[in-house]
Amino acid sequence: MSKRLLTLTVNDRVHELAVKDNALLIDVLRDALGLTGTKQGCDGGECGACTVLINDQPRLACITLAAGVEGAKVETIEQLSAHGRMSRLQRMFHEKLGTQCGFCTPGMVMAAEALLRRVADPSPAQIREALSGNLCRCTGYVKIIESVQAAAGAQA
Amino acid sequence: MKLDSVSLRHGAAPATRSVGERTPLVDGIDKVTGRARYTADLPCTQPLVGRILRSSLAHGVIHGIDTDAALAIPGVRAVVTGQDFAGPYGVIPIAQNEWPLARDKVRYRGEPLVAVAAVDEAAAEAALKAVRLDIKPLPAYFSAAESRAEGAVQLHESKPGNVERKVEQDFGDVDAGLAAADLVLERRFDCNEVYHGQIELNATIAQWESEKERLTVHSVTQVPYYLHLMLAQTLGLDEAQIRVVKPFLGGGFGHRVEPLNFEMITALLARAAGGTVKLELTREEVFLTHRGRPATEVRLKLGMKNSGELTAVDAEVVQRGGAYAGYGLVTILYSGALLHALYQLGASRYRGYRAYTNLPPCGAMRGHGAVQVRFAFESMLDEMAVMLGLDAFAVRRANLITPIPHRTLNDLQVNSYGLPACLDAVERASGWHERRGRLPSAPGRRRGLGMACSHYVSGSAKPVHWTGEPHAVINLKLDFDGGITVLTGASDIGQGSTTLITQVVAEVLLLPMSRIRLVATDSALTPKDNGSYSSRVSFMVGNAALRAAEGLKRLLTEAAARRLQVSPEEIEWAGESCGVIGTDQVLDWAQVVQEALVDSGTLTVKGSWSTPPETQGGKFRGAAVGSTAGFSYAAQVVEVEVDEDTGQVKVEQVWVAHDCGKAINPLAVEGQVQGAVWMGMGQALSEETQYVDGLPLRANLIDYRMPTIVESPPIEVIIVESNDPLGPFGAKEASEGALHGFPPALAAAIHDAVGLRIPVMPLTPDRLLEALHLRQRELKQQARRAAASKPTTPEVT
Repeated sequence: MSKRLLTLTVNDRVHELAVKDNALLIDVLRDALGLTGTKQGCDGGECGACTVLINDQPRLACITLAAGVEGAKVETIEQLSAHGRMSRLQRMFHEKLGTQCGFCTPGMVMAAEALLRRVADPSPAQIREALSGNLCRCTGYVKIIESVQAAAGAQA
Repeated sequence: MKLDSVSLRHGAAPATRSVGERTPLVDGIDKVTGRARYTADLPCTQPLVGRILRSSLAHGVIHGIDTDAALAIPGVRAVVTGQDFAGPYGVIPIAQNEWPLARDKVRYRGEPLVAVAAVDEAAAEAALKAVRLDIKPLPAYFSAAESRAEGAVQLHESKPGNVERKVEQDFGDVDAGLAAADLVLERRFDCNEVYHGQIELNATIAQWESEKERLTVHSVTQVPYYLHLMLAQTLGLDEAQIRVVKPFLGGGFGHRVEPLNFEMITALLARAAGGTVKLELTREEVFLTHRGRPATEVRLKLGMKNSGELTAVDAEVVQRGGAYAGYGLVTILYSGALLHALYQLGASRYRGYRAYTNLPPCGAMRGHGAVQVRFAFESMLDEMAVMLGLDAFAVRRANLITPIPHRTLNDLQVNSYGLPACLDAVERASGWHERRGRLPSAPGRRRGLGMACSHYVSGSAKPVHWTGEPHAVINLKLDFDGGITVLTGASDIGQGSTTLITQVVAEVLLLPMSRIRLVATDSALTPKDNGSYSSRVSFMVGNAALRAAEGLKRLLTEAAARRLQVSPEEIEWAGESCGVIGTDQVLDWAQVVQEALVDSGTLTVKGSWSTPPETQGGKFRGAAVGSTAGFSYAAQVVEVEVDEDTGQVKVEQVWVAHDCGKAINPLAVEGQVQGAVWMGMGQALSEETQYVDGLPLRANLIDYRMPTIVESPPIEVIIVESNDPLGPFGAKEASEGALHGFPPALAAAIHDAVGLRIPVMPLTPDRLLEALHLRQRELKQQARRAAASKPTTPEVT
């Protein structure tokens, strides 16, 4: 497999990396850049734990080729507290117990972040639709919905 | 919020209360920011890649495994087989019949056979392909009926009939009880095999230091000390050569209470390769590792008086256990034991059979052993209530345990009992009497309400590995910096135990939680803990933390008294400050700590706790299973809408009341109860492993249908506090007991909606639709028969 030199913009930082043509974004994020906040919970496209934002849209890093996001704006969970403070959405996931074991949380938060950038004050139905590709095995989702609502309410 | 309100540099600050406060997780910020490191996230310099070759045969005799060609592949550093292990393993000391890599025989498709460590994935994959296997197939059995049939080949030499454990327990005169009943009903229930589905994939990092002959293992375990023991046993090491660390853990639900084959395989590879090996399983491999809740047939016969009072219970349970013992004998014992302690029973007979089959081994899963029998039991209570013209709540109230404390027929001790309050709470919250039978229904869409009760243990009163040690030990360290470090072996698996233990210590000392750091689950640092299973941590480790903190408080009070030249009894303790009662003599925290360290230096205090003997069960065989120092109780009401055209069931809302004794962290109790109810919903509606000739059909998270956020209902939690006399601050478990009630409450709600009782889990749309169609056909046939038998009207002349 041949390699190519790739320029990736991840969390506002520009990286030049030599990666294989078939390298997946999740592996580049985790192994090459050390951004282990993005999680792998399945064999590809099943669980949503690896959700990141590509140009503000939620995408599954485990089925996205790294080469395909060259020139795009890639954001991971680490970006939301990049300046030393949690985002409002993260704070609400923390305070409302939208996280238990925490493994699905980065993907869940990023999917919710994409929603809130699009819709300032989403309805419960809109929250359910936006997070329908993100599996959580701990919470029963009740407090996840409350967390997103609390974050949205304050922003509106 | 406690979160950012605390300043550590001050003088006489007020006391801080922690127990009973809605407290976000102390490690929650790490989780929401992505900083929390799970096993696969740990920094690790160029580890070797581990891979496992698995059996494609469900049952066979291993004649030979040739690994020479695999070892010769460039980049391959180690190839190991079952022959390289020193001993078998198993979670139950008396039932260890599994090897991390199969030896002599394979017993299920997907069983690990060979493992390799290589410099990269390509070399590891090439090595697996180069292994030559010589395995002679044997007949394989994929149901309990097949494996128990006469003439079936035995999976294990010591287990004729492929029955791992047969349980026979009789209490009281069941026949007399049934004879005295006004209504006797018998039903059979078929219950699905389900799987834990924690989102974190399994991973282990093992490091072998050749010169020191020491092994360090980071792994995804709920019970680190038992993994530690099994690493020593399977690798032939002294336990002191091993260090086990559990990092952040992405869910457990029972999957990780047993030491698992890949953990020991990674360790063996590391030793064989003389380095560090990282092994990450795929989701498919996590399914194959399994240890889920077994497929179960329940035959249940109940006797009931016209008043609703139960006179006798006669139960038979058959579990399809899979290929190895695992937790199996405990599971089949739980199914019998937990028929008791929810209601007062007149007499009971239990026959349990745990069968070996050529499928991935089952094990413990949230609600261990009791979910399937509770589905059957509560479903029958609902049916019998209707037959006798009684309300579902009235039938439960007719069987409440009284007085408390109570000793059940099978010697379980009930010291606190919030079930009556749970019933009142959900009856009121759901508007049961006002709304039942009056729910709005559109054509083809019918609504219904159903209810059920459940209970669970707050820790097994006797651990599976019984050594005579206390059930839980906590160490506290207080040093020159004024910070308290809690050292605990308790595994936080997402349930919030780290937060709870911190709260307990803070509460006793009346200190802000920010004074306290918690270090957990590193065998080099932290005291042994029996692990996160059977909902034991809040109760047992909470009690140990309480005692440790009390010990530290005594030392600090004595130091303050010394400094102020009074007796300790004259000191009023207020956490960040203390003083002499009735005077203005005050010391701040720093002064007290400084005084306490004079001559002694760093303070270390230990607290421990054990279950009282009277809670440890009776004397009969298997009596320890089900025994606990405190039972939790729950009642719930489920509202559904059934689409008669598609068979789709939508859960509209759940009201659940849970008696957790005392909510140390009400926020976490709500989260745990919601998670438990929701997991019950998955089992009841959509989840089911399925195999064809031993090959799993649904070994991914798309085909194995866990509910998504779209179909997950609002779950209103009402906390009931019965203040258990033995629990820390009165607390009992909150993570499991509400699970068992959901499936029968759902079944009752479906009956209320469409008048059908389907004694099967899961109640998938196809099953419901088939039942609806069947009933339609029967109704038509009845109508035709009625028309045919009608006397012809005489012709009018």
